[in-house]
Amino acid sequence: MTRTREWLYAWLLLLPAAVLLALFTHYPAVANLWHSAYSTPRGSRPPRFIGLENYRALIDDPIFWQALSNNLWYALGTIPVSIALALLMAVWVNERLPGRGFLRLAYFTPTVLPMIAVANIWLFFYTPTYGLFEQVSGALGFGSHNWLGSKSTALPALMVVTIWKEAGFFMIFYLAALQSMSPHLAEAAAIEGASRRYFFRRVTLPLLMPTTLFVLVNAVINAFRLVDHIVVMTRGGPDNATKLLLYYVFEIGFRYWDSSYAAALTMVLLTLLATVAILQFAFLERRTHYQ
Amino acid sequence: MVETATGVYAPHGVARSLETIAAWVLGVLWILPLVYAFWTAFHPSAFSTRLAWDAPLTLDNFVSAWRAAPFARYFANTVILVTMVLAAQLVLVTLAAYAFARFDFPGRNVAFALVLVQLMIMPDVLIVENYRTMTVLGLKDTILSIGLPYMASAFGIFLLRQTFKTVPRELDEAARVEGCSPLQTLWKVYVPLARPTYLAYALVSVSYHWNNFLWPLIITDSVESRPVTVGLQVFSSTDQGIDWSIICAATLLTTGPLLFAFLLFQRQFVQSFMRAGIR
Amino acid sequence: MKLFTKVRRLLGAAALALAVPGALAQAPVEVPFFFPVAVGGPITKIIDGYAADFEKDNPGIKLRPIYSGTYQDTIAKALTAVKSGEPPVTSVLLSTDMYTLIDEEAIVPFDDLIKTDEDRAWLKSFYPAFMENSQTGGKTWGIPFQRSTIVLYYNKEAFKEAGLDPNRPPGTWQEMADYAKKLTKRDASGKVTQWGVQIPSSGFPYWLFQALVIENGVTLMNAAGTETYYDKPEVIAALQYWVDLVNKDKVHPPGIVEWGTTPKDFFERKVAMMWTTTGNLTNVRTNAKFDFGVAMLPAGKQRGSPTGGGNFYLFKKSTPAQREAAFKFIKWATTPARAAQWGIDTGYVAVRPDAWETAAMKQYVAGFPAAAVARDQLPFAKAELSTHDNQRVTQALNDGLQAALTGTKTPEQALKDAQREAVRLLRSYK
Repeated sequence: MTRTREWLYAWLLLLPAAVLLALFTHYPAVANLWHSAYSTPRGSRPPRFIGLENYRALIDDPIFWQALSNNLWYALGTIPVSIALALLMAVWVNERLPGRGFLRLAYFTPTVLPMIAVANIWLFFYTPTYGLFEQVSGALGFGSHNWLGSKSTALPALMVVTIWKEAGFFMIFYLAALQSMSPHLAEAAAIEGASRRYFFRRVTLPLLMPTTLFVLVNAVINAFRLVDHIVVMTRGGPDNATKLLLYYVFEIGFRYWDSSYAAALTMVLLTLLATVAILQFAFLERRTHYQ
Repeated sequence: MVETATGVYAPHGVARSLETIAAWVLGVLWILPLVYAFWTAFHPSAFSTRLAWDAPLTLDNFVSAWRAAPFARYFANTVILVTMVLAAQLVLVTLAAYAFARFDFPGRNVAFALVLVQLMIMPDVLIVENYRTMTVLGLKDTILSIGLPYMASAFGIFLLRQTFKTVPRELDEAARVEGCSPLQTLWKVYVPLARPTYLAYALVSVSYHWNNFLWPLIITDSVESRPVTVGLQVFSSTDQGIDWSIICAATLLTTGPLLFAFLLFQRQFVQSFMRAGIR
Repeated sequence: MKLFTKVRRLLGAAALALAVPGALAQAPVEVPFFFPVAVGGPITKIIDGYAADFEKDNPGIKLRPIYSGTYQDTIAKALTAVKSGEPPVTSVLLSTDMYTLIDEEAIVPFDDLIKTDEDRAWLKSFYPAFMENSQTGGKTWGIPFQRSTIVLYYNKEAFKEAGLDPNRPPGTWQEMADYAKKLTKRDASGKVTQWGVQIPSSGFPYWLFQALVIENGVTLMNAAGTETYYDKPEVIAALQYWVDLVNKDKVHPPGIVEWGTTPKDFFERKVAMMWTTTGNLTNVRTNAKFDFGVAMLPAGKQRGSPTGGGNFYLFKKSTPAQREAAFKFIKWATTPARAAQWGIDTGYVAVRPDAWETAAMKQYVAGFPAAAVARDQLPFAKAELSTHDNQRVTQALNDGLQAALTGTKTPEQALKDAQREAVRLLRSYK
């Protein structure tokens, strides 16, 4: 095929996907920047250019800083724990412990359910006075606690829900990686006299690095993308203790109808995601061992 | 049966028992919410907070839940949505992946990098702008509008490109020798060989779009286009008090099909998700 | 002359006779309207019935009810429809949405349609408390339809157990605190098994808080919706009372009390007295397996409650014929008889005094006296908090209230911060 024909063909093949991607990913990202520099139209008042005013307002907005801080804590609280748990689950399932079918089912089921549905169930669990946790802690002699209604425990309570939902999903990827490891490695290591822990730390973990990278990327994206449980369980409260960035965007854009401020906030979110993406690939690419 | 890699290091004796117990405890904890939801849904309201063994079973909650909102329509909408999205994705993703895998053209790397942007910047975080776009296109409040931003899936393109790249060149050339056009080669050679990847991707996609909530919430506002996740939320956010039994019943209703499918096809599900991971 | 006018009249009548079939052959006037309930509930049946009955009486009009979920969903739907799409001709929306709708230039006042003496009398027939959130700048923007106030529900059996007179609910703040102390039960380990009183603070605590504010003799905002008074001393004192119930008297659950589960807490006897909307009356009647009472909220310096609920609004993007038709329907839906029946069927407060005088309503109240409590409280009811940029300005207060109730800020600090935020938000509207 001639060069010209080849790239004509290629671009035709790409065209449908390219159009949709441009329209719903690239264009919005750029348009967001544009719209964040114009005020929100109200009634018959058209939008007017306001430059960086939104960003200045953002800096002065204590709720924005709270949302940012919340999101970072949330990421910090959910990502390492769910990955560690996922690895543990994968190791256990892989070890062929008795009841492994049940274990795999139990660990993976939360992933299949919609977050909005599980949030309702967890809301029930956390209800003070007669929710499940109350009943259990009461039976064990602990005092009552309003998990979702107190600033110090609301966000951790949501983190638990997220970890519960995600660990099983990540487990599958680790399981795949573990099962594709050659048995010869273990045999060779055993012959050399390596202990189980040593083998795990020095052989298994490094070999799992590509999986860890993949899982990490997913977990980071989810920490910023998934806010369904907030809608059901706390609506950002109490006093913004559980307000995450995307939820704040949702609130500003679709409850306060301030589309220009929402655009500015979205820009911050996009910048954050892009930075994380670059950092992850730059840093972890170097430390990854490929089989 | 293939011996697992840790077979040599598998725990024995006491260690094994301890690990088994720990794994089981975690498993029970993990499945507990679902079990509790089942309990609450099948027993009358009065028992939703009391775990009495002799509580009477009832289907009333399901009946109330079904009647309280047009779930049949919501289900239909969701099925139409996931089918529409998957069909579009399969076509678009196959064509694009083929272009990236087998064609050499200027700007290919840049284009691929641009595609990968969507992996990090998903339509979910671009809700404000996409809402505006949909309004301009006049598509607001339609099932199409829910699915449109997702149809060009970067994840799918990435996966399939990887798979296509592993197809031996000889098969490609053999097809060319027989006089196949590139598209025919795609259809006859590449697509059949990528079947496991397609299955994996399909399961991921259906799962994701069945469970998607925030974007459908924003872009739909009528019963005719609302999927089941939004229907569940609209239904359970009452101004007048929450009846947990009915909400649990509604929750089980909405997750029922997926759960059932998962239980039946557990093995395939798990295998597919495993395959969807990056090697 | 006489003959000429006679001929003219005959010709006119002939013309009319020929035109009438023509007019009837025209398409009926379509009136789509948004109603804030979830599809499929019992209320949709009532509204469908209204639509059918109205169309029978008015064959030239086609009413199209569209059920749009919660109030939140409905205003969202209405505003997006106004900006791009098919806006409704009329809709029931929160009375507090008035300023938002005016700012978005979405609605028109009713004054242009109120031309006859009969109409003027009709407008005056609503409770003044409900009209407060419906009028501004000398114009009427909303017509009350489904309105409510907050009431105190109490467990009569719990009262008896605590040695209190079950027919004498608390009348003052001090009494409520004292009663609550007697009603709070603790088990051997000191854990509370029954709280004395709870006032929900999730989602929209400003509404519940406003009752305390009114009871302490002040209001939270001005009539024009351009100023708020979150940090007045009386307001701070009201919040202090609430916080004291939690921390000092220990008769109120700590942290944020969930609105949605409060009725269930009441049914489960986890709390002996609860503050919630009169709209929950039917719910409580059905589900409380004990003798319960309904009372007006206790007085601070005076009795008081904010109003709540929804009004009819008229949308701008409509033809004059549609507006007339919608206006007809609104008048039809708010006749004394219908207002009474609506109140009986749904638990909302019938919006006009003469509705309470109808035979049906009198009979209902005779059989269920608790239903009249909300009405008796109306003379003390004031407008619900409503300003420009309403959602954000009330959210500032919500955040402050939640901060104070979770102990992160003192009432004074929380309210001062909220006021500062509100002033900033309202600056451009003054």
